[in-house]
Amino acid sequence: MEKWYLMTIVVLIGLTVRWTVSLNSYSGAGKPPMFGDYEAQRHWQEITFNLPVKQWYFNSSDNNLQYWGLDYPPLTAYHSLLCAYVAKFINADWIALHTSRGYESQAHKLFMRSTVLIADLLIYIPAVVLYCCCLKEISTKKKIANVLCILLYPGLILIDYGHFQYNSVSLGFALWGVLGVSCDWDLLGSLAFCLAINYKQMELYHSLPFFCFLLGKCFKKGLKGKGFVLLVKLACTVVASFILCWLPFFTEREQTLQVLRRLFPVDRGLFEDKVANIWCSFNVLLKIKDILPRHIQLIMRPVCLVLSDIPFMSTWFLLVSTFSMLPLLLKDELLMPSVVTTMAFFIACVTFFSIFEKTSEEELQLKSFSISVRKYLPCFTFLSRIIQYLFLISVITMVLLTLMTVTLDPPQKLPDLFSVLVCFVSCLNFLFFLVYFNIIIMWDSQNGRNQKKIS
Amino acid sequence: MAALTIAAGTGNWFSALALGVTLLKCLLIPTYYSTDFEVHRNWLAITHSLPISQWYYEATSEWTLDYPPFFAWFEYILSHVAKYFDQEMLNVHNLNYSSSRTLLFQRFSVIFTDILFVYAVHECCKCIGGKKVGKELTEKPKFILSVLLLWNFGLLIVDHIHFQYNGFLFGLMLLSIARLFQKRHMEGAFLFAVLLHFKHIYLYVAPAYGVYLLRSYCFTANKSDGSIRWNSFSFVRVISLGLVVFLVSALSLGPFLALNQLPQVFSRLFPFKRGLCHAYWAPNFWALYNALDKVLSVIGLKLKFLDPNKIPKASMTSGLVQQFQHTVLPSVTPLATLICTLIAILPSIFCLWFKPQGPRGFLRCLILCALSSFMFGWHVHEKAILLAILPMSLLSVGKAGDASVFLILTTTGHYSLFPLLFTAPERKNLFLIGWKLSTYLAWGLWKSAVNLYSLSPPGS
Repeated sequence: MEKWYLMTIVVLIGLTVRWTVSLNSYSGAGKPPMFGDYEAQRHWQEITFNLPVKQWYFNSSDNNLQYWGLDYPPLTAYHSLLCAYVAKFINADWIALHTSRGYESQAHKLFMRSTVLIADLLIYIPAVVLYCCCLKEISTKKKIANVLCILLYPGLILIDYGHFQYNSVSLGFALWGVLGVSCDWDLLGSLAFCLAINYKQMELYHSLPFFCFLLGKCFKKGLKGKGFVLLVKLACTVVASFILCWLPFFTEREQTLQVLRRLFPVDRGLFEDKVANIWCSFNVLLKIKDILPRHIQLIMRPVCLVLSDIPFMSTWFLLVSTFSMLPLLLKDELLMPSVVTTMAFFIACVTFFSIFEKTSEEELQLKSFSISVRKYLPCFTFLSRIIQYLFLISVITMVLLTLMTVTLDPPQKLPDLFSVLVCFVSCLNFLFFLVYFNIIIMWDSQNGRNQKKIS
Repeated sequence: MAALTIAAGTGNWFSALALGVTLLKCLLIPTYYSTDFEVHRNWLAITHSLPISQWYYEATSEWTLDYPPFFAWFEYILSHVAKYFDQEMLNVHNLNYSSSRTLLFQRFSVIFTDILFVYAVHECCKCIGGKKVGKELTEKPKFILSVLLLWNFGLLIVDHIHFQYNGFLFGLMLLSIARLFQKRHMEGAFLFAVLLHFKHIYLYVAPAYGVYLLRSYCFTANKSDGSIRWNSFSFVRVISLGLVVFLVSALSLGPFLALNQLPQVFSRLFPFKRGLCHAYWAPNFWALYNALDKVLSVIGLKLKFLDPNKIPKASMTSGLVQQFQHTVLPSVTPLATLICTLIAILPSIFCLWFKPQGPRGFLRCLILCALSSFMFGWHVHEKAILLAILPMSLLSVGKAGDASVFLILTTTGHYSLFPLLFTAPERKNLFLIGWKLSTYLAWGLWKSAVNLYSLSPPGS
């Protein structure tokens, strides 16, 4: 069967699932005075359309930064401006300065959801398709199955099409970046990645491995000849792309500083919501600072990319990542789509990758590791069994916690009990994966392909 | 999860397909629903709160009970589950009641009853052989058929968006067809009789069943040239068939006969006062007829052949269900539509009688009966096209010629269901994506079918 025909069907399935999820509620629906991320995005369209560029990031009577002030880099602002022009064409009330605050209607929801879909269709989905087509050493059918599973990943769908965000843009750009450098189009790759960073500063999390990889490439080519030329070209590309994005804000030092202050609000605190990282788990005792829950997206994307290599662990990880967002999704009344998309994703992975048949040491890429361990502990032959049991326990815990959160009321003295438990369980799982992926990197360092994908 | 593991572990693509579409149906829960939602809620209320004697007389709501008694009993059984979701929906006076629990219950009841449809598809897959067993899963006829039926887009939007219970009804029909293919004629007849008493729209295809069973079951053998052998007529078979139909009908209509309510029941089941065309025109012959009448009347007015005062004001396209007189062309009566329909199905019935070609011939006749009734019937709903599309799927995986006809039928048929989702643009988008998906699917599957069967001899 022709590849492109099947690929189109898979993309259409992905779009259908996205669209049906978008029919549900969004963050802050009907909840004045602050509403939620949906209102934030609408507000940014209002600000960027009605105010001159110089006022976008500054507090003023027209732009109250306390009410969803812009805190993403300029590319997000330009995207909002573009959307605002379209909005103006359809219904100017949607972005009228001041009066459109808290505007909610079916038509407006359709418009906002469409902007997410279009951005997804133009940037993220083609990147996914191309990436899977470029994968080596796997059959066409597996490539298409890969696309399906990645497109069905519930976390991204629920956050972008449920809660309401534009993560697919920055993740898409980053994926184009990965594609570019994998196919030796280094300049385009770095340009794409710079665009990703300029869309959401969270992509900085990925910038170090990107930088190291490209630097490594330059070294390989020899720093005295071609390598140096490449380094210079890359540097120019990065600088040029940053200048292009930040041009309006480079005119005055105060502008640049203000944008940076908005992007990196170190005085905001370490938690904006209950988050499944170490800090959250320790907070019960220590009360430390924060990171946002949706940042899990950044980790899920690279894991999606190794779905065909380590299907069992990747699927497990991606399931946990969706689960970790449960409190947020419940707040947005997205329980049904969450459960359904998670099950769909799970079934897809199980059907196409036969994940339960790939739990041997070799399949989990732990062969070298367990050989090393067996040098000291000859009886260490049950690694694969342990992992299977851990998976079972993890899934059972997640299901139970979900049921409890949905059906029971938390005790009065501990109103956030379930959210914290979800964080805690997710965090434990993530620590396990952190250890696992590090083991793979360290013990399989001969395998260059792994390094490139997991970084 | 264990079930999933087992199903997946055996590489069972059928389960994956069935589960996948069920999950999609769950995602469609918050979509737009039509007045049919209130219709069924009302029927839940009627059957739960009132005694049988009132069922076909109750008229508090405009959506009176107009399906045969078995469906009423079905709603009665459902209502006993409904009371655990939301007691209020069972109150006859709670018109347009649609709490979130009511919505959840109704949607889940449709999804749940689709199990019968899934089972029927499974049985149908057993009936179709694959002449060439291709290596690719996507080229196997069973896979293609399962996708065409389980993921049938028309059924998805009519049942799970617009809101109806066609899934399990088509399950009954497909199951009866499968039984006829498997030469279990009595079961097939029984299932069809039951189906008729669930929803009488299946009368459209009753002639096919009647003629086929009479010709190919009651006459046990043919002459060597295929023509009828009169002395092979089996009275036993005729009587047993008759008995089956009689018993099913007695079970269904018996109580109402005892209550002397049969005329009332029939007037509810066959409301000829509803007008030639349904509110949103089914794209059949009468739609063209009406359009022609309209065009002629406009021309007539312009050329002053007609007197503006004599032309009725009501419009056929206003979305109202009512009787209407034509302006220029002769008005159409129910009898006229019946005659047209009968004329249209005569060729296929003749073929089924004089040149029986086994179950495949029966299926072809069934599809033609469904299409003819769709084209010429009185007050046809556009949803009735599904009666032709679903059985046609079975034929389409057999021959390339059928596959190409099916492609046209399914594309236009599904496109004609567009007006069912007219209210919110949101739903339009969903429809477009889904329709593109189904068309693409059908096209791709047709291509593979053509590849697979291009060498098969015609007239199998």
